[in-house]
Amino acid sequence: MAIFLNEKSVVIVQGMTGSEGTKHTRRMLASGTKVVGGVTPGKGGQVVDIDGHQLPVFNTVAEAMSTTGANTSVVFVPPKFAKAAVIDAIDAAMPLVVVITEGIPVHDAASFYAYSVSKGTTRIIGPNCPGLISPGQSNVGIIPADITGAGPIGLVSKSGTLTYQMMYELRDIGFSTAVGIGGDPVIGTTHIDCLRAFQDDPDTTAIVMIGEIGGDAEERAAAFIAEYVTKPVVGYVAGFTAPEGKTMGHAGAIVSGSSGTAQGKKDALEAAGVKVGQTPSETAQLLRDILGR
Amino acid sequence: MDLFEYQARELFEKHGVPVLAAAIATTPDEAEAAATSIGGKVVVKAQVKVGGRGKAGGVKLAENAADAREKASAILGMDIKGHEVRTVMIAAAAPIESEYYLAILLDRSNRTFLVMASVSGGMDIEEVARTAPEKLAKIAVSAVDGISAIKAKEIVAAAHFPLDVADQVAEVLLKLWEVFQSEDATLVEVNPLVKTKDGKVIALDGKITLDDNAQFRQPDHAALIDHASTNALEAAAAEKDLNYVKLDGQVGIIGNGAGLVMSTLDVVAYAGKKHGGVLPANFLDIGGGASAQIMADGLSIILGDSDVKSVFVNVFGGITSCDAVATGIVQALELLGAKATKPIVVRLDGNNVVEGRAILAKAAHPLIEQVDTMDGAANRAAELAAK
Repeated sequence: MAIFLNEKSVVIVQGMTGSEGTKHTRRMLASGTKVVGGVTPGKGGQVVDIDGHQLPVFNTVAEAMSTTGANTSVVFVPPKFAKAAVIDAIDAAMPLVVVITEGIPVHDAASFYAYSVSKGTTRIIGPNCPGLISPGQSNVGIIPADITGAGPIGLVSKSGTLTYQMMYELRDIGFSTAVGIGGDPVIGTTHIDCLRAFQDDPDTTAIVMIGEIGGDAEERAAAFIAEYVTKPVVGYVAGFTAPEGKTMGHAGAIVSGSSGTAQGKKDALEAAGVKVGQTPSETAQLLRDILGR
Repeated sequence: MDLFEYQARELFEKHGVPVLAAAIATTPDEAEAAATSIGGKVVVKAQVKVGGRGKAGGVKLAENAADAREKASAILGMDIKGHEVRTVMIAAAAPIESEYYLAILLDRSNRTFLVMASVSGGMDIEEVARTAPEKLAKIAVSAVDGISAIKAKEIVAAAHFPLDVADQVAEVLLKLWEVFQSEDATLVEVNPLVKTKDGKVIALDGKITLDDNAQFRQPDHAALIDHASTNALEAAAAEKDLNYVKLDGQVGIIGNGAGLVMSTLDVVAYAGKKHGGVLPANFLDIGGGASAQIMADGLSIILGDSDVKSVFVNVFGGITSCDAVATGIVQALELLGAKATKPIVVRLDGNNVVEGRAILAKAAHPLIEQVDTMDGAANRAAELAAK
């Protein structure tokens, strides 16, 4: 089953003809993802050969969808053009749009998120995220496909490299889906969206949730877990030593006053019955203890 | 990027938000000259990016230009909560009748924009929000629709602004929306927004936070960066496009990915408890690439920090393979030569880890020590820093 992404996912790459787009299209194809084409406005009609795959380029997402039957788009378009690309995908009613692009102005993200909500037909993951992987089924974005295979763990994380680290720690058990939701202030899919989907996914038996300083997404997720999630959840929060008012790489990872601290998030999660590890390794061990493996 | 009050005032003026005459000064002479040209009573205000400057004595009323000189000379050089006052703003003094609060901000929790408005301005708005939440109106603003003239009137009515100022406040709100949107701000706050004795509505103090991601379409914003109070190491790192934040500890940190580096800081601080309270010295994310040059740039910044006693390189090979990172480290040490003097603990994991570790083992550099796990490596780096 997995969540959001499975063997039925048919993928187009917005920005496929750019260097990042080409590089990661190659990696996605190599990991078995059904990539069927790309979108670059003005380059419609071209065909790009990527490792023997002849991939058509379209001017719009709507054209790409009607020709290829794609149901998932991944966006590698530079920040300047990212908003237009995502709006194009929303206008085409693309069901899943995964925005990898880093450095999108928050006004643009807020705008395309609001637009997606008003249309009601598109789920956005990201921006500034590594994407998601349902091992053995599909891999959309930049998560390395060879860390681990399919298994019963669902993972949701703001951070890319912490996602990889956690998948590596638990590589002998495997994952249903790992979702990197991104560390920007405005993101399309939240911890809560993923927790709900994992709770409802019969292939997921336990959940790892990775958060970091900034905002109140983890506190909200904790309240949601208490109310809705019956599967075991373990958590990890990064940023205990981050000073107030400094941005730590992720645009959203900034402590403002007393809100958004790592300790506050840890406390909220623990109050909801989530076991929270002090380090990624300890967090992995907590999950092993729960699964008895 | 947070702006100084005077910079916020300039952006207000640029977009037609009503403000009082003002000028900045970095010396008592300049302050006197500014007060002379403004004329009459003036307010001398410390320019620091921290709240509570009034209580700290950083805002003073001056009767005339000579008094302004005196007040400026007392305020310049003050330390307000760790922020040195390098600049003061000299502003015309206004006879105030009422103080209001008006702000537009990004509401992360609801993934939209938000207007907050109150007729109880002037004081700590968080205090108002806590003790009398009914006095602070919060109205969501769609990122698609923005604030129209009609919406502005609705907001002003919802916040119960008196009828005699309602139109003026609505007009100010529209102008503030223009600032918020056209400058790519994530916060535009006016506190207080005042009604003067002659019935005019004026933004007396302002705070603006700009979105760093929007720099590509906001070429004017580069001029607003405060170079004077940027840490020298942070400035050097910024020149190399490195994501570096100076901290107060002794273990230099290099890692790839913001989340992993934040986690590395925590794990080092956690391990440091066993070694006399050793702490991380910095945040440095070298990103996905991690080429030899980036690694050399990063190491050179960290080794240039005299507080650093040991270095912890923590890399998970995701897209980047560990052999490339290992080669980068070896080449970086060659580039640095005699400048590299501190012990470096390296933890590599992930893609091509066996090859990566072999490269470091073969290089057998006297400063490099490999530890296989993140927790173990953090412990070793903390131990070395405590020596």
